[in-house]
Amino acid sequence: MTKILVDGVEVDVPPEFTLLQACEEAGAEVPRFCYHERLSIAGNCRMCLVEVKGGPPKPQASCAMAVKDLRPGPAGAPPEVFTKSPMVKKAREGVMEFLLVNHPLDCPICDQGGECDLQDQALAFGGDSSRFIENKRAVENKYIGPLVKTEMTRCIHCTRCVRFTAEVAGTGEMGAIGRGEDMEITTYLQSAMSSELQGNVADLCPVGALLPKPQNFRARPWEYQKTESVDVQDALGSAIRVDTRGREVIRILPRVNDAVNEEWISDKTRQVVDGLARQRLDRPFIRESGRLRPASWQEALGAVAAKAKSTAGAKMGALVGDLAALEEIFALKLLAEKLGILHLDCRQDGSRVDPSFGRASYLFNATVAGIEDADALLIVGSNPRKEAPVLNARIRKRWLKGGFNISLVGERADLTYDYQYLGAGPDSLLQFIQREQEPAKKRLVLIGQGALARPDGDAILALAAQAAQRRGGISEGWNGFSVLHAAASRVGALDLGFVPGRGGLPAHEFVKRGALDLVFNLGADEIEIEPGAFVVYIGSHGDRGAHRADVILPGSAYTEKSGLFVNTEGRVQVASRAAFPPGEAREDWAIFRALSGALGDALPFDSLTQLRKALFERHPHLQRLDAIESGDAGSIAKLAQHSAVAMKDPFVSIIADFYLTNPIARASAVMAECSALAQSRLRQAAE
Amino acid sequence: MLSDADRIFTNLYGLGDRSLAGAKKRGQWDNTKALLDRGRDVIIAEVKGSGLRGRGGAGFSTGMKWSFMPKEVDPARPHYLVINADESEPGTCKDREIMRNDPHTLVEGALVASFAMGAHACYIYIRGEFIAERIALQAAVDEAYEAGLIGKNNIHGYPFDLYVHHGAGAYICGEETALIESIEGKKGMPRLKPPFPANVGLYGCPTTVNNVESIAVVPTILRRGASWFAGIGRPNNTGTKLFSISGHVNKPCNVEEAMSISFRELIERHCGGVRGGWDNLLAVIPGGSSVRCVPAHQIIDCPMDFDSLVALGSGLGTAAVMVMDKSTDIIRAIARLSYFYKHESCGQCTPCREGTGWMWRVMERMVEGRAHKREIDLLFDVSKKIEGHTICALGDAAAWPVQGLITHFRDVIEQRIDQYTANPHSEPIRVAAE
Repeated sequence: MTKILVDGVEVDVPPEFTLLQACEEAGAEVPRFCYHERLSIAGNCRMCLVEVKGGPPKPQASCAMAVKDLRPGPAGAPPEVFTKSPMVKKAREGVMEFLLVNHPLDCPICDQGGECDLQDQALAFGGDSSRFIENKRAVENKYIGPLVKTEMTRCIHCTRCVRFTAEVAGTGEMGAIGRGEDMEITTYLQSAMSSELQGNVADLCPVGALLPKPQNFRARPWEYQKTESVDVQDALGSAIRVDTRGREVIRILPRVNDAVNEEWISDKTRQVVDGLARQRLDRPFIRESGRLRPASWQEALGAVAAKAKSTAGAKMGALVGDLAALEEIFALKLLAEKLGILHLDCRQDGSRVDPSFGRASYLFNATVAGIEDADALLIVGSNPRKEAPVLNARIRKRWLKGGFNISLVGERADLTYDYQYLGAGPDSLLQFIQREQEPAKKRLVLIGQGALARPDGDAILALAAQAAQRRGGISEGWNGFSVLHAAASRVGALDLGFVPGRGGLPAHEFVKRGALDLVFNLGADEIEIEPGAFVVYIGSHGDRGAHRADVILPGSAYTEKSGLFVNTEGRVQVASRAAFPPGEAREDWAIFRALSGALGDALPFDSLTQLRKALFERHPHLQRLDAIESGDAGSIAKLAQHSAVAMKDPFVSIIADFYLTNPIARASAVMAECSALAQSRLRQAAE
Repeated sequence: MLSDADRIFTNLYGLGDRSLAGAKKRGQWDNTKALLDRGRDVIIAEVKGSGLRGRGGAGFSTGMKWSFMPKEVDPARPHYLVINADESEPGTCKDREIMRNDPHTLVEGALVASFAMGAHACYIYIRGEFIAERIALQAAVDEAYEAGLIGKNNIHGYPFDLYVHHGAGAYICGEETALIESIEGKKGMPRLKPPFPANVGLYGCPTTVNNVESIAVVPTILRRGASWFAGIGRPNNTGTKLFSISGHVNKPCNVEEAMSISFRELIERHCGGVRGGWDNLLAVIPGGSSVRCVPAHQIIDCPMDFDSLVALGSGLGTAAVMVMDKSTDIIRAIARLSYFYKHESCGQCTPCREGTGWMWRVMERMVEGRAHKREIDLLFDVSKKIEGHTICALGDAAAWPVQGLITHFRDVIEQRIDQYTANPHSEPIRVAAE
């Protein structure tokens, strides 16, 4: 630790701290544009200039100078930094004036207005009026993709976007062309960015040069009702803030959560919002002579109750989709218990994960933040870039630090980092396990659903457990066996035991023709229920599940209910209600409560609080918000003992189209555009 | 005045044989091994003792700079010498002559200097527009390789590789860290300092960047001794220096002269005097475009060296002396320099990117007189806000000419403004014939 005086206040900071961090530590505010904690230091905006005693007689960029670079004063006095001296004030005013000379005065029509760094800092640190009477520079706007709108005249060349794509996203698609005052930020030949994290550049932009295109001119920052929530587009559970105006969700922004998403979110998380307003089921429907007709709640519930009463428990099944919260899964489970349903499943993709192997067998045990502690990574049957782009950025971050050996079994893909390709299928995994080689100390074995959602999924799970066991994945204080889920509801549903009971069939079997007579489908849209069974669909969007349904009970989307979600690490997080479901749609747990009433045997709760109380009584670990109840590493050892006779088929990632993985995304026009672009890129690459 | 015996660049004008044989005849490559045998520390001490100050413009002690390199070479981080031959400073044409006509002084100097700092590889970054110079220099390097003077197994017993790297013609690539970036294949944009190149330079390894002239004089200093070099010129401003004299003199030329020669003597002896006589002298830019201009009465008897010119608020810079007589439109001259800096600003940091354009636009109006007198102070203030606030020295270099103009020629600007205000039309107003 080094002592340093900031405006006369002595602070003790690590020597590698920058002056800017030291100033913040001392409570001195230092304005900045180009500096960002999670990006490399550029030092080009020159806004953070401070005065350093004993240094050269000119102000120094505080973001770029480390405390250890300062020389102590005479007799070992701590070095001194001034942030409020006349020299600093003048320097800041000067830089601010330069930033503003070519910045348009279009704040009234700029979407960034109200949350603009330049606006705020001009107010706090700028001069009072402009002395610039020449013509201002105008810059042509660039096309950089469907998610980010550009207004390049406003650009202040902080290069945050350039550094983000180069460092975090790993695509390096943005750059600056030209030099001097003709320098322009653009993508190469104005092609669309291909990163799944590109939306973040609009957040990073300190001015209104890069803005989220779909939200163009939709609302002003001060009009938003802001609700903190979690995302359900993938199993990572990124922290988000849902901004609504009136009843409508306008935008979704990331929240900082260092344990999960740092401060990035994927484009699907961000721009799925227009899907929340389209294709909505806003009233109950009943199928009559092959066509769905609107019905009243009473009618619909009556129809379901009549069918349920006339069907034996053994001929009924319940299916949970990818976006369901714990509350409705729990309510459905209780209802299923009442009806004597054994055929329960939450694994519509056919994944072979099973709570009977122990909780550690289906969690991302290493934790997302733990990726940074790992020293080697084996990816099995996964494309993390598509299945969890933000997690992939974390892997890349670890890789950039060096000393991180990545190998992959499965489909070859551009993951934004280099890896050793071991092979396509289980054989290669077996070879890897049998290698005569010093195992890593903290290996992370990342198992994707591509390896598990196949008939020999249990064998692969056992193989992966062996890989973890024998190649340095399990050691004292380290459990690197990590299952990467793709569905937000999956871990929660497994925690609740929403899998076939004794004698029950798994989802991929009970959807077969003639297997069952009645299926309760809670938002499972990625599975084909074959003709024959009477299907009750409880969900928010008119997608595949609703088309197949005989009765539709309209539920709410993740922004419209308060619900608990457990992410792939086993972290319990709460999503909050930001808006109300449309029309007559209801919160899903309430639908099951009403249905149980119609069946004449009501579930034992009348409110969400009562429901949660019952839930926590059965599963106490779920009440510890933001905490991870870690699994027992011993169960991995047991799992490794299982028979592991696998097929030869290569692993295939379960996500074919990143942008269209769930009913909300499929209802979104923005996602459709992104998907079309990605497909055309693929076609071009193939040619 | 420097005697012919004391000249280091004896083939500056290309009158003799440029090849290795010719160079050897002029005393270059003469027992270079003996120079190396003196050892690193002795060479550095000798260069320090000679008082050699960097010839690239900043005038930092060359020996001191070399001593900043780590003493021990970490095998994982080899040392590099980078020679800055990106001579783009307007008015400067000294390195060009060395590379074209006396390239072996540079090649030999590169070997000696690399040895002194433990570098086994040296890069010469040559300006994009220098085609003939690159060919000449490359020929000299090839000759030296062929003769076994340099290379992996050379007769000096010190493995040494010399690479000539061709730039693409950007002024900013003459800034040492931008030059390093450019060699690495990146965009030529200056890096933040610290860390300084001596710690983290080319490819992240300890690197020293020196000007061509600083390196090329080293073998002669070692041969003739530090005291010989230190005996020329005034204390702290020692040795010989190449002056590039251009502008309104009767015979513009490049000449090697003793440091601290007075301006009058320099011009009289080598350039045949100022065009139209000394009374016709208006101002001089004594050190390349990046220093403040000095009005005639101050410069005439000033010694041409680092300290004397700094005392005048200017600098020796690269010793590119630009002489302007009274026919010069000094505002226009400086406006042209402002345009140059606006054009060459890399665009990385704010004050330079935005400020150079602003200054140039105001300067353009001042040329016509289409400005307010209060804008003179505005311009000065803007230049002050660029100076010292940027990552590299280009901001300073852009600010100083304008500051020099305003300091010394405010009356000319005001007069121009008055003129324009009196008749704000470029063409005379026609009066109908009566």
